[in-house]
Amino acid sequence: MKILIKNGRVIDPSLNIDGYKEILIEGSKIKSLYPKNKGPKPDRVIDASGCIVIPGLVDMHTHLREPGFEYKETIKTGTLSALKGGFTSICCMPNTNPINDSITVTEYIIEKALKEGACTVYPIGAITKGQNGEALTELEALIKAGCIAFSDDGKPVTNSLIMRRALEYSKIFDIPVISHCEDLKLSEDGVMNEGFVSTILGLKGIPKAAEEVMVARDLALCELTGGRLHIAHVSTGGSVKLIKEAKARGVNVTSETCPHYFCLTDESLKSYNTNLKVNPPLRTEKDVKAIKQGLKDGTIDVIATDHAPHHFDDKNKEFDTAAFGISGLETAFALGIQLVEQGVLSLKQLITKMSLTPSKIMRIKNGTLAVNANANIAIINLNKKFVVDSSKFLSKGKNTPFDGFHLKGTVEKTISVGKIHEWT
Amino acid sequence: MFKSKNLLGIKDLTPNEINFILDTASGFKDVLARDIKKVPPLRGKTVVNLFFEPSTRTRTSFTLAGKRLSADVVNFSVNTSSVVKGETLKDTALTIQSLGADFIVIRHASSGVPHFLSKILNISIINAGDGANEHPTQALLDLFTIRSHKKKINGLTVAIIGDIAHSRVAKSNIYGLTKLGAKVRVICPPTLMPAGIDKLGVDVFHSIEQGIKNADVIMTLRLQLERQVKGFLPSLEEYFKLYGLTAERLKLARDNAIVMHPGPMNRGVEIDSEVADGPQSVILEQVTNGIAVRMAVLYILAGVRR
Repeated sequence: MKILIKNGRVIDPSLNIDGYKEILIEGSKIKSLYPKNKGPKPDRVIDASGCIVIPGLVDMHTHLREPGFEYKETIKTGTLSALKGGFTSICCMPNTNPINDSITVTEYIIEKALKEGACTVYPIGAITKGQNGEALTELEALIKAGCIAFSDDGKPVTNSLIMRRALEYSKIFDIPVISHCEDLKLSEDGVMNEGFVSTILGLKGIPKAAEEVMVARDLALCELTGGRLHIAHVSTGGSVKLIKEAKARGVNVTSETCPHYFCLTDESLKSYNTNLKVNPPLRTEKDVKAIKQGLKDGTIDVIATDHAPHHFDDKNKEFDTAAFGISGLETAFALGIQLVEQGVLSLKQLITKMSLTPSKIMRIKNGTLAVNANANIAIINLNKKFVVDSSKFLSKGKNTPFDGFHLKGTVEKTISVGKIHEWT
Repeated sequence: MFKSKNLLGIKDLTPNEINFILDTASGFKDVLARDIKKVPPLRGKTVVNLFFEPSTRTRTSFTLAGKRLSADVVNFSVNTSSVVKGETLKDTALTIQSLGADFIVIRHASSGVPHFLSKILNISIINAGDGANEHPTQALLDLFTIRSHKKKINGLTVAIIGDIAHSRVAKSNIYGLTKLGAKVRVICPPTLMPAGIDKLGVDVFHSIEQGIKNADVIMTLRLQLERQVKGFLPSLEEYFKLYGLTAERLKLARDNAIVMHPGPMNRGVEIDSEVADGPQSVILEQVTNGIAVRMAVLYILAGVRR
C-alpha cells in the first residue's frame, strides 16, 4: 500500500529539511520525498494540515518493566504509550526481573516486542551480572542477541575498577556505556534534593554532590580509557559544568536529561506528592537554568524520558517508601516544546535531541526520513492545547507530576514501520 | 477561629491560632489542678492513638488528655496489629476511620504521613510527630511553658541545642517561636545542622558558649544514640564536652533563664544531671503542661465543622 503524507511542514534535521513536502510510504519504508503537491496518487492520503511531520522520536531511556513487573507496565502497554507520545523507537533499561544480563532475557524482550510491541524496542543490557557491580556481563553475546548499549541504570557501578573495565572492554564493540551517576553512600536513605525544601519537609535529602562526584569519576575513567560514556538523567548544574569541561578537552562523552529536570524544582514537593519523587531528585531553580543552558549549548545532547511507570499502590503511600519515578513517554514532547517557546532550543534542535542524536549515540537507523529508512514518523500539531490527564495515559503508570498541566503540542498520528496509529 | 480540622504542623498556623490554643490550654490547666480532673466536652467522641514509633510520654499524654475530656481513647498498638501482617498504612488508617474514630493521633517515622492521612480520611488528624518534620503539640506545650514563666514570648532569646537536622521538636519550635516574635538560635555541630536552616530566620551557632549567651530560654534536645554509629559524631563523650549543658555553661545565659528538654533525656550526653534537676529546670512542668495543651487541641478541633 502507498501512503502519502500531504500538507504538513516536514522537519528532518538528518536531511536538513524544514518545509512543506510530501512523503510517500510504501509498506514499511519511506519510498520518496516530493515537493508540495508533486507527490503521486497513493492508495491513502494522510492530511497533515497544520502539523509538523517529523522523524519518530527515539527514547534512549525507558523502563518497560517486563519481564517481572508486568503490574507496572508491559512491553505492550509501554510501546503503545511510546507511540502516543510520538516515539517510534525506545531503548529499555535492564532492571527487570530477571535482570537483562543474559541472552535469555534479551531474546525474551525482543521476541515479545516483535509479537506484542507497538513500536521498535532496543534492549539495553546490564553492565554487570545481576547489576551487582562485580563482574562484567558477556557483552559479545548480549550484543549478538540484540543489546545496543550497556547500563546498570537504577544502580551505579560503585566499584571504580569495574567501571574502568566496562569502559575499556566495551571499546571492542564501540558501544556506549550508560552511567547512572549516584554515590550510594551520599544518597543513602535520601528521597528528595537536599536543601532548604528538604529541611522544611523533614525529608532526607540527596545532595547534588551524590551525582556530581560520580559524574566526575566517570569522566575521569572515560578520559583514561577512551571508552564511550553516556551520562544518564543529568539533574544538577554541577554535572552540566563537569560535562561541558570534559567535552571541551575532548572526552568521548554524551549526556541526557529528562523533561522533569528542566520543568520542575524541589519547591513543588511541598505537598508531599509522591508523583514528584524521582531519582535523581528534582533540584533547584539554579539547576533548571543550568540544564537549559546545557541543552542550548550542546553540553546535554539528548532529552530522554526515564519513563518509570509504577502501580498506583507504589505511589499512594508514605513518601519515604513510595517508589521513585515518573511515567514520562506521553508528556515528553509537549514539555520539550516549552523549551522552544522559551527560546532555549529551536524546534529543529528539540527534534534533533529527541530523535537523531539518540539514534546516533545508540547507532540505530532511526531519527530520519531518508529514503529507504523505516517509515517511523510522528505528526504533531504544535499549536493545539491540551490538559494532561493521566487517566487517559496508555501506559499503566499514571504516575506523573504533570497531571492537570496545560500544554501545547498534541501528537495526532504516529507511524511505526509503516503502520498508522491515530490519536485524535 | 480555627479553620482546619487537622493539626499537621505549626508551620501552617497563624500567631492568632497559636495563641488561641495556648489560651484555651490555660483553662484546661486549671481543670487539671482540681480534685476531679474531668470535664465532659468530648463525651461520645473517640480518639485513636496510632503510634508507629515507640513513645511513652506523648502517647500517655494524649490518652490522658482525651480521657480528661471524657472521650473514649483507644491505643492502636502497631506491634500486635495487622501491620505486622503486611497491612499498608492506608488500609490501617481507613480501618480505624471505619471503626468510628473521630480523631487519629498519628506518630510515624516518615515525614508527611499525617498529611497523607489527611488526604485519604475525613476525620481529624493530629500529628504526634512525623519523621524529621514536625511535632506540633510538643512545640505548643513548650510555648505554653515559656509563656507561663516569661509572660510573653515576643522579644525572648531562645537557644535550641542539639540534633537540629533530625529533630521535629526543633522544627516545630522554630516555627512557633519565630511566629510569636522570639529570637531563635540553633546550636549544634555542622554535621547535625540541616541545609538552609538560617532561611527560617534563626541564627546558627556551632559554639554552645556563644549560642547560649544571655539566652532567656535554653532547650536541649535528645541526641539519638545511633547518630554516633552513622558517623555524625566521633563519640558521645566528645559531644558532651562540646555541647553538653552543664551548670558552668548555664551561667552564660540570663540569671532567670529556664532550661527545657522534650524528653526522654540522656543524662551526661546532652544535659548534666545538675542542670536537669536544678532550680532552672522546667522539664517536669513541660510534661504536665502537655496534657493541658493536648486537651486544648482536641477540644478546638472537635469544634471545627467538618
